[in-house]
Amino acid sequence: MSGRFATDRPFWRCLLGMIGLCLLAGCSPNQDPDQLTLGGPFEFTSQDPSRDGYVYTRMQVAETLLDVDDQGNFLPGLATDWHASDDGLTWTLTLRDGVRFHDGTPMDAAAVVNALRMARLKPGVIAKAPIEGIEEAGPSTVTVTLARPYALLPAVLAHFSAAILSPASFHGEGQVDWMYGTGPYQIRSFEPPHSLVVERFDDYWGEPAHIESAAYLTGHRAESRALQVMAGQTDIIYTLDPASLDLLTRHEDVAVHSDTIPRTIQIKLNASHPFMAERDARRAMSLALDRASLVRQVMRVPDSQANQLAPPAMADWHRDDLPELAHDPEQARQLLTGLGWTPGDDGILQRDGERFELEMITYADRPELMVIATVVQAQWRDVGIDLSVQVVNASAIPRKHLDGSLETAVVARNYGNIADPLGVFLADYGDGGSGEWGAMGWHNDDVPALLKAMQATTDPAVYRRDAQRVSAILAAEMPVIPLAYYTQQTAVSDRVLDFSFDPYERNYRLSEMRFQEQ
Amino acid sequence: MIAILLKRLGQAAFVAWAVGTVSFLMMRMMSSDMAFRIAAGRYGYDNVDSAAARAVSEELGLDRSAWELYLEWLRDLLHFNLGDSLVSGLPVAHEVGHFLGHSLFLAFVALVLAALLALPVGIYSAVRAHGWFDRLALFASTILRAQPVFVIGLILLLVFALELKLLPVAGFYDLRFVVLPAVALALALAAVSNRVVRHSAFDVIHSAFFRFARVKGLSYGQTFARHGLRNMAVPVIAFMGIQLVSLIEGIVMIESLFSWPGIGHGLAHAIFSRDVPMIQGAALAMGLIFVGLNLVIDIACYVIDPRGRAQA
Repeated sequence: MSGRFATDRPFWRCLLGMIGLCLLAGCSPNQDPDQLTLGGPFEFTSQDPSRDGYVYTRMQVAETLLDVDDQGNFLPGLATDWHASDDGLTWTLTLRDGVRFHDGTPMDAAAVVNALRMARLKPGVIAKAPIEGIEEAGPSTVTVTLARPYALLPAVLAHFSAAILSPASFHGEGQVDWMYGTGPYQIRSFEPPHSLVVERFDDYWGEPAHIESAAYLTGHRAESRALQVMAGQTDIIYTLDPASLDLLTRHEDVAVHSDTIPRTIQIKLNASHPFMAERDARRAMSLALDRASLVRQVMRVPDSQANQLAPPAMADWHRDDLPELAHDPEQARQLLTGLGWTPGDDGILQRDGERFELEMITYADRPELMVIATVVQAQWRDVGIDLSVQVVNASAIPRKHLDGSLETAVVARNYGNIADPLGVFLADYGDGGSGEWGAMGWHNDDVPALLKAMQATTDPAVYRRDAQRVSAILAAEMPVIPLAYYTQQTAVSDRVLDFSFDPYERNYRLSEMRFQEQ
Repeated sequence: MIAILLKRLGQAAFVAWAVGTVSFLMMRMMSSDMAFRIAAGRYGYDNVDSAAARAVSEELGLDRSAWELYLEWLRDLLHFNLGDSLVSGLPVAHEVGHFLGHSLFLAFVALVLAALLALPVGIYSAVRAHGWFDRLALFASTILRAQPVFVIGLILLLVFALELKLLPVAGFYDLRFVVLPAVALALALAAVSNRVVRHSAFDVIHSAFFRFARVKGLSYGQTFARHGLRNMAVPVIAFMGIQLVSLIEGIVMIESLFSWPGIGHGLAHAIFSRDVPMIQGAALAMGLIFVGLNLVIDIACYVIDPRGRAQA
């Protein structure tokens, strides 16, 4: 019967083969000693700055005319000087000398004018600016003429969609085949939607990068992103989910950096909805929320609860005199009783035969929003509001705002989307008090008037005064309920030195980072 | 043989039309927010607003009638042109090719590993039917099959990437990256197919012709090689063909867990952002793969099993 065991041989051979494969794999280390590896949740599909431009400014391939520091002040970028004429209608920009694109051509006025004109063909912040013309005024001078004074222009020029690329990068109607920027890194391989590898550009005009190359990999699942850094495969992971934080902070070779960014998690609500039209109803909904527990238990960032929309770093907009938003379910119930609501048999409030039931939508792009929505659901249930939570595509928020079907939504609003928060406030409260991502069904004349006036002002004191007034009105009227200031959580492996995080998320500052000597 | 080829070719043409039409109809049915979805896919959630949606709608002519868009797609399809992605603007054929190449590679490695696992385990279980190995294999198969495939992937990650640090977690830079996703898929596949192999082999071993071959004086090994393997192969190969369906099903989860740029993942994201040409292209490619696989299986069975040839 010895032949019977012939069948054993392939089995053992295959098992040995598998073990061999694993051992072979183990021989090479998980990390390339000369390459910085990064991971985050965002995908990219093209090299067009208007679509995924932030990927390329973060990876330091593309640069903008103006830069932004951590406080939101403008710094020279590819332009060394910028100023407006006395009537505010003409801006003159002086370009930096000796800058070359990755294709070797010089960055001159003609190239800048071309890049900005291409950017204006596509939707985005630059298309919304009242620009009449962009012209060469000399070999390294560019003028931008406006239809009306527009204080937001520097912020627009600092936005990733206005990144300056070489003329050879474009074809047709502003299509970008391959990006030739001016940054310290140039693109080596581009495999959308997951992987982007950049390498050092030796002719960079500024301080050259320390690390030779960097690779970004999209990680869709928060748990596998956290595992990447724990397994020593990836050096830096951006945007961690709260559940992975505890695990990572206990890990020896990894440090977790927490940085506040100008983003606020807030509840957008329909103030023309019969249940939420009274200011006291909105105040009651706010009083029912235990923000301190939310940020401690769910977001794991104690003391990040919000008492107004603008985060503390936005000094012109943030009001220091506003108190904490109290958690007082009892008072919330009293306010609602005062508005004619009485608890029904199931504990849910009723008025004129109507149950206090609302729908809340949120989106999955930021990992904590879904969890926060369910916390709000539980806390509102406690005062008698029945909330159903739906996770939708982010685009449903402006769409449902427009068709009037939105009731409530949890959103993470990025006040640093362009470096001047005025742009976001205008979009959110400029249209009679409302805006697609901001207030809904709320009518106010003072806020839009103030915002409009701020657009034309050049006096920082006037800007600050008006910004403070806008913040005071929004805090008192509560057309949008602030919940928490966003904290960006980043896991960084020990071998990376000089890590820092740009709160405006424009630049990953890879060129400043170094590897620990091994 | 030619009849098989012609039949499958006709099927391929039908599948191409049907899959594209059905995905078009399904997307129209849920596409009230199409321009917004595409704008979110293109410009990101911080930048999606009605102005972006309007620009997208104008650029792509989304307000045209459904008939016009459908006929345009059909005309392009007849010219073997799948159009451009609404989100990235790149040709769909190029994008689908990129995704499909990665998926097919992953699926191929997984299938080979699954076969390498399932065949020896199944055959040995059949030879030693009802022994401890057979029971252990049944137990392990049940446990593995009861897990969603991403749980298997996650456990592999924890053991081989996190604890042992032998293999990378996610990415697709070199061959090491395919090991964990392929093993995860292979385990899920082998969990069922080893049982199919075992039953098929068991039936063959206990058949009259097998006993006859032994009686006429062949050794066990000779009998198995000459009379056993070929007879048990037909149901096993047919089953492996069917299994590819579950491979595609598992591949979506595995691709997202391991950041593998495959077609399952590409299709899912195209659906999120209502990228209709991408959805049609990806569905079409997957449909044609099924037709192609059926063809390969038909041919394999035709070669292995002489009984079918008279009918064909």
